[in-house]
Amino acid sequence: MTDAAIGEMRGGGMLRRAAKGRTLPVLAVLLAIVAIWYAGAVGLNAQWVRDQAARSETVLSTGEFVVRTLSLDRPVLPAPHQVAAGLWDGIAGQKITSKRSLVWHGWVTLSATLAGFAIGTAAGILLAVGIVHNRAMDQSVMPWAVASQTVPILAIAPMVIVVLASAGITGLLPKAVIAAWLSFFPVLVGMVKGLRTPDAMQLDLMKSWSASPSQIFWRLRLPSSMPYLFASLKVGVAAALVGTIVGELPAGASSGLGARLLSGSYYGQTVQIWSALFAAAALAAGLVIAIGAVEKIALRRMGLAR
Amino acid sequence: MTLLKILLVWLAGWALNIWLARFDTRTTRLLVAVIFGATILILWEMVVRLYAVPSVILPAPSQIAAGFAANTAILWTDFVQTIVKGALSGWLIGALSAILTAIAIDRSPFLQRGLLPIGNFVAALPIVGIAPILVMWFGFDWQSKAAVVVVMVFFPILVNMVAGLAATDRMQRDLMATWAAPYGASLWKLRLPAAMPFLFNGLKITTTLALIGAIVAEFFGSPTRGMGFRIATAVGRLELPLVWAEILVAAIAGSLFYGIVALIEKKVTFWHPSQRNQRG
Repeated sequence: MTDAAIGEMRGGGMLRRAAKGRTLPVLAVLLAIVAIWYAGAVGLNAQWVRDQAARSETVLSTGEFVVRTLSLDRPVLPAPHQVAAGLWDGIAGQKITSKRSLVWHGWVTLSATLAGFAIGTAAGILLAVGIVHNRAMDQSVMPWAVASQTVPILAIAPMVIVVLASAGITGLLPKAVIAAWLSFFPVLVGMVKGLRTPDAMQLDLMKSWSASPSQIFWRLRLPSSMPYLFASLKVGVAAALVGTIVGELPAGASSGLGARLLSGSYYGQTVQIWSALFAAAALAAGLVIAIGAVEKIALRRMGLAR
Repeated sequence: MTLLKILLVWLAGWALNIWLARFDTRTTRLLVAVIFGATILILWEMVVRLYAVPSVILPAPSQIAAGFAANTAILWTDFVQTIVKGALSGWLIGALSAILTAIAIDRSPFLQRGLLPIGNFVAALPIVGIAPILVMWFGFDWQSKAAVVVVMVFFPILVNMVAGLAATDRMQRDLMATWAAPYGASLWKLRLPAAMPFLFNGLKITTTLALIGAIVAEFFGSPTRGMGFRIATAVGRLELPLVWAEILVAAIAGSLFYGIVALIEKKVTFWHPSQRNQRG
């Protein structure tokens, strides 16, 4: 999964450059999505409104009918403006320390994500360095690392939470463990690939300068692995966020965006679910964009910018 | 003393691997990987037994195997419910609709430029979160799981397929034009085959996503069968061997799913350099 996703992300830059002037098409598609969404909201909520009107024996004009479908308390599909209102209320309408504040829940999720991401990235890079320098390690670990990509690791998230809770560990750490586990493999696979990019010619040149292994590592292998590292960091941070959110699902979790999703689904609060979903999406986008910005600066300073 | 035993087994396995790694042939590579896996399993068993780790925290591999053998009937119904009905049907529907969408927007560069960035963006989002909504819409049974899987696999496959359809170079397209090939013929004979490596890339990425989507969606409500349901309830009752047996099933199913798609890829894209290299 990672290998391919990294390739795709690296290819994405090229694609993006090729498709010049994409603001207009993107806006058009976004507008179309919003229009479809509104139409869907009217269509999906129609039944409920019709039933209510029939019960109270009122006849609704088309205009009234549409307005009612878009302003239900617990709609089947909330209209975009209802979700926007829910988001605004969750972000700006509450005190940050309040249990209803999306900022607070977002922070809970974000802190676990970042902690796990840091652990996973550090472990992934360290192991990749070991694998590149030790053939036995390479042949032992790599097949399993690649095979583990096909295993739905996320499914064990609730178990990790419960097991660690029974061992007395609760709070941020169990979620961070899942996030670390999920971001570990993309970083490991990408970094091994990156550290191996210098070809025989470059390595020979280093040898002809009688460079020591550590010099080869710091001056050749590490710098040339940077583009791969950043591509896999983007994949890894997105995976870490998904891991944290799923880690917040099992019973007992009362904070975090995943818990908001779950409680919303228990009580039929669709607007709450959608707001949490959009908050999570914004968080993911923010994290990926932040890494992209660091990548740009780092690669430019290293003279690797494309 | 116990620590010494564990260390001894580890060092023995490691020394064997270092010795074997020197040969670097196909057989020894396989052997090294297998020995590594076996060493981990033995160490796991030893740690659990020697330190008497309670099975609610970490069951030994032998306990998991026993749990697997004792619950084959349950595991099979869960497998059918989650993997076959939920994940597989959703994956097929999602893949098919993504391929058709990619071909449909193929003639409109405007739509492509609009959809690609959005598709790339959506592919990075935590889409699993849509599960509670779809469970509300489609009910508790496998249909809602399939719907989650459809949404999860759609965008990665779409992005790959669109990139694949654009993967032919100018020379090849010009050649088709000099033969006066109509759009349909050049799509069928040139661009669809050229898109296959990209398509299979997307299909392989999404095999894991499909399983994850189907399992996680069950945490939001399911009938009284299914792997996600079983994991959630068995964890609640601290029947960890059963949970691990389910995970084992998920791992086997995931590897098989990926392996089958990779096998089909090998048959379909036998001409691609990446496949030719693997054979040598």
